[in-house]
Amino acid sequence: MTGEEKRALKYGMAFISPWIVGFASFLLLPMVLSLYYSFCDYSVLNPPAFLGGQNYQELVHDEVFWVSLYNTFYFALFALPLGTLTALFLALLLNSNIRFLGFFRTVFFLPSLVPLVALAILWQDILHTEYGIVNELLGVIGLGPFDWLGDPALAKPGLVLTTMWIVGNPVVIYLAGLQDVPRALYEAARIDGATKMQETAYITLPMISPVIYFNLIMGCIGVLQIFALPYVMTGGGPARSTLFYSMYLFDQAFAYLNMGYACAMAWILFGMIAVLTYSAHLLTNRFVVYGGS
Amino acid sequence: MKDYTPYIIVAILILGISALFIPRDLDDMTDDGRVKIRYWEKWTGFEKDAMEAIVDKYNASQDKVYVEFISTSQIDRKLLLATAGGNPPDIAGFWSHAMVSYAEKGVLYPLDSLMERDGLSRDDYVPSIINTCVYRDFVWGLPATPATVALHYNKDSFREAGLDPEKPPTTIEEFDRYARLMTKVGEDGNYTHMGFVPNDPGWWDQFWGVWFGAKLLSDDGKELLCNSPENVRAFEWYRSYVTNYDSEKVRFFSSAHRGQFASSSNSFMSGRVAMKQQGVWMANFIEKFGDGMDWAAAPFPSASYVTGGPATIVETDMLVIPRGSRHVEEAWDFIKFVQKQENIEELCLLQKKFSPRKEVSEGFYEKHPNPYIRMFRALAESPNAQAVPKTPVWIEYRDELGVAQERLWVTPPDKLSVKDALDRVKERMQPKLDLMNERWEAIGQQRLEEWSNL
Repeated sequence: MTGEEKRALKYGMAFISPWIVGFASFLLLPMVLSLYYSFCDYSVLNPPAFLGGQNYQELVHDEVFWVSLYNTFYFALFALPLGTLTALFLALLLNSNIRFLGFFRTVFFLPSLVPLVALAILWQDILHTEYGIVNELLGVIGLGPFDWLGDPALAKPGLVLTTMWIVGNPVVIYLAGLQDVPRALYEAARIDGATKMQETAYITLPMISPVIYFNLIMGCIGVLQIFALPYVMTGGGPARSTLFYSMYLFDQAFAYLNMGYACAMAWILFGMIAVLTYSAHLLTNRFVVYGGS
Repeated sequence: MKDYTPYIIVAILILGISALFIPRDLDDMTDDGRVKIRYWEKWTGFEKDAMEAIVDKYNASQDKVYVEFISTSQIDRKLLLATAGGNPPDIAGFWSHAMVSYAEKGVLYPLDSLMERDGLSRDDYVPSIINTCVYRDFVWGLPATPATVALHYNKDSFREAGLDPEKPPTTIEEFDRYARLMTKVGEDGNYTHMGFVPNDPGWWDQFWGVWFGAKLLSDDGKELLCNSPENVRAFEWYRSYVTNYDSEKVRFFSSAHRGQFASSSNSFMSGRVAMKQQGVWMANFIEKFGDGMDWAAAPFPSASYVTGGPATIVETDMLVIPRGSRHVEEAWDFIKFVQKQENIEELCLLQKKFSPRKEVSEGFYEKHPNPYIRMFRALAESPNAQAVPKTPVWIEYRDELGVAQERLWVTPPDKLSVKDALDRVKERMQPKLDLMNERWEAIGQQRLEEWSNL
């Protein structure tokens, strides 16, 4: 390293040092501590007492833990693919050449700007049994009315429906990806007589595959941690049908004061997300096309 | 020459960041030399305004202490974290139902020695009310305002059904009959009005046993009694409001009013449900949202075999001193001020509740805006007034009972019996209680000594 490089390195380190300090004290240290607490009986107020693997053993036998896990994966299984398809579909529509394009793009992004709690309360009304608009619309085609948030069989689908409302962020990312597809490819395809559908299937989708991949991974992490919407809309009910993993974790930590148990749950969630993300990476990698490679 | 610039940058940045973490109020004095203490209170709206008036009165009454009043949401969680972080407020407005687990975990400061020193006694208060502030024979807070619950009913609905509005039902059996009479079906076959819906608003779903002579916890605190015959009977009664009616339509009707408490769409105030179990505070909401409705309140009827007086649930909003408060003496001085008969009655009048003190001044009831205030107070004095069970697993036990209740509400009786649902609650919660009791046996003596010496 030359003297100039050393100097640059020193300056660089100096400027990022607040971040390093912040990272170490607010992320790294709490993570390490939470790993330790997950092996302890810890109520936040009394000093932690070491238990070994007891929290993890108890979790395996905790019926509610499995219920919350089942609910979370059930939710993820529907919310993630549906969310991805909706976002992609909207992005493709918003990428076409129509009048008032800017207006439409804004409209579809707006719900993502609404605070989650406000959105949750709004959707409580939208799904309301008596005067909710969803039941009104279904009534027109002779269906329902349904007790969306009060029936254990419908509460999770009701929440999946609600999350479809906030696809604005992935839509924006898809749009950016779509704008990046070289026009020349479409022109070449058109000369060869390709239809719109063929263009989408053989050019658009492969070209934005890294974006789809990114959104899938982020979406996967997001749905497994779902908290605010069900917390406000159903509080986990009825009869625990919408008690998701993060909510049970929160209750253990802050309502029942079992912080050690909650830490163990947090690490299991971390492990699951890591494994799922890595599997997604292995599985989808062959379908992802990078323009630069 | 050596270049020190990077080191200077680092130093400035670190100093700047650490400045953010210097507690704002290390300096606990006001400009005019008073000790400043912080008081966190959960109330909002007119209840907050009422307490603020008392705080102002206290601040004006002397020149040694200044109480800084802060209205905050989620007081339990914030208090827990602030105490754990070593910087709690000096006084907090707390709930009696959460007191036990917080006292046992060491969040609160026992007030017995201070009370004794300054001549305050448990005997000054209505026994059922001060009892909500006591755990393991220590007083963990003193009442701000107490509350009991009672039957509220719509007199017009009584008249329409040919019932005498001056004669509320006196037994559960009569109550059920009245409820049926006031239930109406619309042209589309759905219920338009119901006499009663037991899970609306769902605040005491776990407690219906109180009106059936049941308890949720044994007197020694060692056994959960949720599946006792009396509780099973109470839960059967609760469920009869789905099974004895058109189940699906009742569920629909009740879910239409979910989360509509403080609004004119509230099932009771909109006239769609004729009878309701509600607290002493309900009069305020009826005044605000009831559009001049003609209502009355009476003790909620018990099962005919229950003797000894009307049943109710007692709850107390209490003032506590968190452990780690830097100004225990000053905080205590304020609590003492609130406890003075004159001040606590002023607070209770402003909040439209009854006084927790045994002695009540002349004219208090005459001045009171709630015409049924004497009845609410009499309920607190009834031998069948019950408080939340005093066990450190209460919050989880309550949630578990709530889940059982929801399951019973949505599952047909041939798929799930009341006894099975309640047995399941006991199976899940009893081991947790046993564990807590074992722990107490190991450290209890040490804790009691520690508390006595505080």
